[in-house]
Amino acid sequence: MSLRPLRILVAKPGLDGHDRGAKIIARMLRDAGFEVIYTGLHQTPEMIAAAAEQEDVDAIGLSILSGAHMTLFPDVIDELKKRGIEDVAIFGGGIIPPDDLPELKRLGVKEVFTPGATADDIVAWVRANIHSRGD
Amino acid sequence: MALTKDEWIKENYPADADRLPQFTTISDVAIDPLYAPDDVAGQSYDERLGHPGEFPYTRGVYPSMYRGKLWTMRQFAGFATAEDTNERFKFLLSQGQTGLSTAFDMPTLMGYDADHARARGEVGREGVAVSSLADMEILFGDIPLDKVTTSMTVNCSASVLLAMYFAMAERRGVPLSKLGGTIQNDMLKEFIAQKEWISPPDPSVRVIVDMIEFCAKEAPRWHAVSISGYHIREAGSTAAQELAFTLADGIGYVQACVERGIDVDSFAPRLSFFFNVHNDFFEEIAKLRAARRMWAKIMRDRFHAKNPRSLLMRTHAQTAGCSLTAQQPLNNIVRVAIQALAGVLGGTQSLHTNSMDETLALPSEQAALVALRTQQIIADETGVTNFVDPLGGSYAVEALTDRLEAEAVDYIRRIDEMGGIVRAIELGFPQKEISEAAYRYQKQLDRGDKIMVGVNKYQMNEGPPLELLRIGNEIERKQVQRIRERKAARDAAAVQSALATVRRAASEATNLMPPIIAAVKHEVTVGEISDVFRDVFGVYRDPAWL
Repeated sequence: MSLRPLRILVAKPGLDGHDRGAKIIARMLRDAGFEVIYTGLHQTPEMIAAAAEQEDVDAIGLSILSGAHMTLFPDVIDELKKRGIEDVAIFGGGIIPPDDLPELKRLGVKEVFTPGATADDIVAWVRANIHSRGD
Repeated sequence: MALTKDEWIKENYPADADRLPQFTTISDVAIDPLYAPDDVAGQSYDERLGHPGEFPYTRGVYPSMYRGKLWTMRQFAGFATAEDTNERFKFLLSQGQTGLSTAFDMPTLMGYDADHARARGEVGREGVAVSSLADMEILFGDIPLDKVTTSMTVNCSASVLLAMYFAMAERRGVPLSKLGGTIQNDMLKEFIAQKEWISPPDPSVRVIVDMIEFCAKEAPRWHAVSISGYHIREAGSTAAQELAFTLADGIGYVQACVERGIDVDSFAPRLSFFFNVHNDFFEEIAKLRAARRMWAKIMRDRFHAKNPRSLLMRTHAQTAGCSLTAQQPLNNIVRVAIQALAGVLGGTQSLHTNSMDETLALPSEQAALVALRTQQIIADETGVTNFVDPLGGSYAVEALTDRLEAEAVDYIRRIDEMGGIVRAIELGFPQKEISEAAYRYQKQLDRGDKIMVGVNKYQMNEGPPLELLRIGNEIERKQVQRIRERKAARDAAAVQSALATVRRAASEATNLMPPIIAAVKHEVTVGEISDVFRDVFGVYRDPAWL
């Protein structure tokens, strides 16, 4: 069993600049003992998958508030598959209408946090549901 | 002889009766048990307040305020294609809205055409897709440009969108001198907060100065920049930070114009501002009052403006999107109403009230209508518009106004010491201050020290969800197809020559507006001109500070 802390990539796909939530979650996860890598804004799915591979992360948290989640979440999943790292867990958050949740989960997004989820909820969920890929 | 404030608090205020360990504003400003004449003692009314319409304009920029003219009710709208948004514009005007305000989609805002790979999934979702002049003509179809004032929220690609608006007016025979409106065009706050950019800060400011210079000469009723605190606050700043960084940005633009040799009084009367109106009622009113006083002093003492109109801070305001909740969304109507009332009591010239469904999607027609009616109820039913600055002289409001000013003045001093706002942004100073404040507030919410009804208090099982506006994928397919066809139909030589002229102006530092206006008339697109900026000015990337 690996002793290293879980590594989480917090990523901002798409063109919108709303990074308040992503940065708060990244800091909360770091304070909770995870190793957190934050991509910064305006990342393409290719950039996110490449960062996940290089940083050897266990999970990716995607934050998007531009409404493009139904395109960009699947694109990230496809890019992970291309690199053979589809076992990296994906969770996400942002302005995502409840109607879109079943489809996102069917595509392989493990959990989606919509407006109103507290930072504590998200940290607790990560602690309970993300496991080291090496195990 | 009555007790002084401090004596009264010590002797008569039952501190052990307080229901909370401390009383603070949402920005963590401590609130005293009492505000009294001591709080304004020794101050000169003329110097600190002045009558409405008089220096330093704390009590309002006009003598008669809303007794003379109500604020402009300007609801921000834009989604899907130009046709869809044109229809929403006409609906809002038919319902008594008095100005237009355009929301563009993310590709347009970031300088990409609908058919660019980076636009995938984003077209028409967060606003209306406008890639070239033909889209702009549809967007403002049947709207009398000489009668309605228009606001356009766009920044790094603002020069192109403004050029399209001007070119459209020319085609319709409306002289630029008759056009009234505002383009946001505030790049400094983009680096600080909203984070839509193409090139680094220095060339970005240069383009803005080009636009201010052009408008001062050719479109004197147009506001070439709207110096915006709204997004700073949405990113999580305190009220004082919003005030400080917004005014520091304003100082940055005026300084850059003056350094180019433009007479301050030729453009300063057309600078406009845009503030957030958040939940903390008196703090928000105080912030708007402090902003006017600070700006008047800055323009008089720092920039030696002579024209009294150069000292006036005229502002738009918008209720706080970040204060709204996905839980129990009807409660948002109430939040918006209270925030809007603070905006009005703070003396705004123009107001957008948010829709109840904003945390979930772009506004539905029903939600947008309730938001507009909220302003109309304040204007026509509450009676607050009968008074000019009714809170002037309130010990508490004046003390808060002074306190916010002092905090903001201290921030501006630190920014000056760093070498000005562009340097401070390069160092990440405002960005980090805002991140810290946002993080602190989130912790306070998680601990229950600050309350959001429905989120960390009075939670309940939700009723049926609101009917939301959905933007289908066919919008993107349609717009991509349209742009491709349009590009193919252009005179390719004219397009290349127009782009070469824009490139020359960018490299040689001659004013960019005339060549951009000439280019958009050939259907040269937002993406193509932005590519020239990327090439000549370089590309800015997020430093990704946590």
